[in-house]
Amino acid sequence: MIRLTNIEKRFGDLTVLKGVSVTVAEGRVTALIGPSGGGKSTLLRCINLLEIPTSGTVRIGEEELSFQPGGKPGWRDIQRLRGQTGMVFQNFQLFPHRTAVENVMEGLVTVQKWPAEKARDRAMALLRKVGMDHKADAWPATLSGGQQQRVAIARALAPSPRVLLCDEPTSALDPELSGEVVEVLGTLAAEGTTMVMATHDLRLASRIAHEVVFLDTGQVVESGPSHTLFTHPARERTQRFIATLTQQGQQGEGV
Amino acid sequence: MLHWLTLMADSLPSLLWAALVFTVPLTLASFALGLIVGLVAAVVRLFGPAPLAAIVRFYVWIIRGTPLLVQLFLIFYGLPSAGIVLDAFPAALIGFTLNVGAYTSEIIRAVIGSVPKGQWEAAYSIGMSWSQAMRRTILPQAARVAVPPLSNSFISLVKDTSLAAAITVPELFQAAQRIVATTYEPLILYVEAALIYLALSSVLSALQVRLEKRLNQYGGFLEAKS
Ligand SMILES: Nc1ncnc2c1ncn2[C@@H]1O[C@H](COP(=O)(O)OP(=O)(O)O)[C@@H](O)[C@H]1O
Ligand SMILES: [Mg+2]
Repeated sequence: MIRLTNIEKRFGDLTVLKGVSVTVAEGRVTALIGPSGGGKSTLLRCINLLEIPTSGTVRIGEEELSFQPGGKPGWRDIQRLRGQTGMVFQNFQLFPHRTAVENVMEGLVTVQKWPAEKARDRAMALLRKVGMDHKADAWPATLSGGQQQRVAIARALAPSPRVLLCDEPTSALDPELSGEVVEVLGTLAAEGTTMVMATHDLRLASRIAHEVVFLDTGQVVESGPSHTLFTHPARERTQRFIATLTQQGQQGEGV
Repeated sequence: MLHWLTLMADSLPSLLWAALVFTVPLTLASFALGLIVGLVAAVVRLFGPAPLAAIVRFYVWIIRGTPLLVQLFLIFYGLPSAGIVLDAFPAALIGFTLNVGAYTSEIIRAVIGSVPKGQWEAAYSIGMSWSQAMRRTILPQAARVAVPPLSNSFISLVKDTSLAAAITVPELFQAAQRIVATTYEPLILYVEAALIYLALSSVLSALQVRLEKRLNQYGGFLEAKS
């Protein structure tokens, strides 16, 4: 279970998250939706502490860390919490100087000190799972965006994180290519992978999210089961936002 | 004509010997040490506490703003007045190391900064520490971009070691000067010395090409990074 309590994040004078509380149950997929600049990425990055919350509490499984303005968490505490997470980035961010399989092995070998052979076996199994084992020895620069993102998903899963954080995993991809990534994430969801994902992709959100959190100007406007929220949003702001998403989707290639 | 060729052939062994015993070791040692100084200086400037970063900026400012020849004279002829007496070779080694360190620190700082922030984040996201991210993710990518400018520094250094002649290091150029003093054939001897420097830099250029090829094996990642 992941519980964010009263997360506040300030960048200088700008308050980007204004006391956000979200709970994600084990094995569930939560989509963060909302207008650009609403704080989705920042909230995700506060979960794996790429950004340190100004105040609030982050709990992942048994690990918990509280933050106060001015207080700086220790390196070990950050690692303890971050070790429970894996992250998939909008721009993939594969390591360009390592092959696909080396990208997946990297965390196991460098951080967890696994022997290379064992790490390679696990990496190959993960590449198979995302349908990329035939490209194990390819350099990232030679892969399509969708293929890179699938390798990135395998890399994030390698250390067996408790939660997979995805920041707009399909928005750098053409619609044809985003399909294969949605497919992979759907499979993971069906297998019970806990995920939190920021997305503009209605197809992605409606297909795999169990819960949806609508975030605007750093606040949770509305949250609930995805079907309810998409079809009967309670708040007018949510209705308007979902209407624009649906329009965009139809202008694109349908939802 | 025959006389010139004989003179060249006769002086070649002592010139090559001077190059082998002084020019090449001085170049290799001061480049290797200078790279270490440059890397540390770059990391301090990028990530270190402000006072240390200020010291590094001061060091780079002094070294880049004053002539190398003056620096060598200060170390070899000047420092003894302050009670620090160095032999010619160590004095030259220190001078060139400091010089290489200052210039390469700027190169290294730029190439480390050129690796996208997302690469740090990707490394952190799979649990790497700062030093693991630096060693495994950032430096290998920075190294590739750094090869051409660092090769420039290396090749300049080979030629700059001729300045060590002025502080009595019997390297290649000084060996040529000595033979000129007895033969009165400056044209031949300095052309010969120049050709040996040219040969040394050509070897380095060839090594640069090979290194770039090797580092380029993973394809056009510079474009793919955007
Ligand atoms: N490192 C940063 N420094 C300053 N402001 C930031 C930083 N990161 C994000 N912001 C600001 O925080 C707000 C929320 O951004 P973000 O979390 O990226 O929103 P979203 O992902 O929903 O588009 C934006 O106004 C953005 O400009
Ligand atoms: Mg975002």
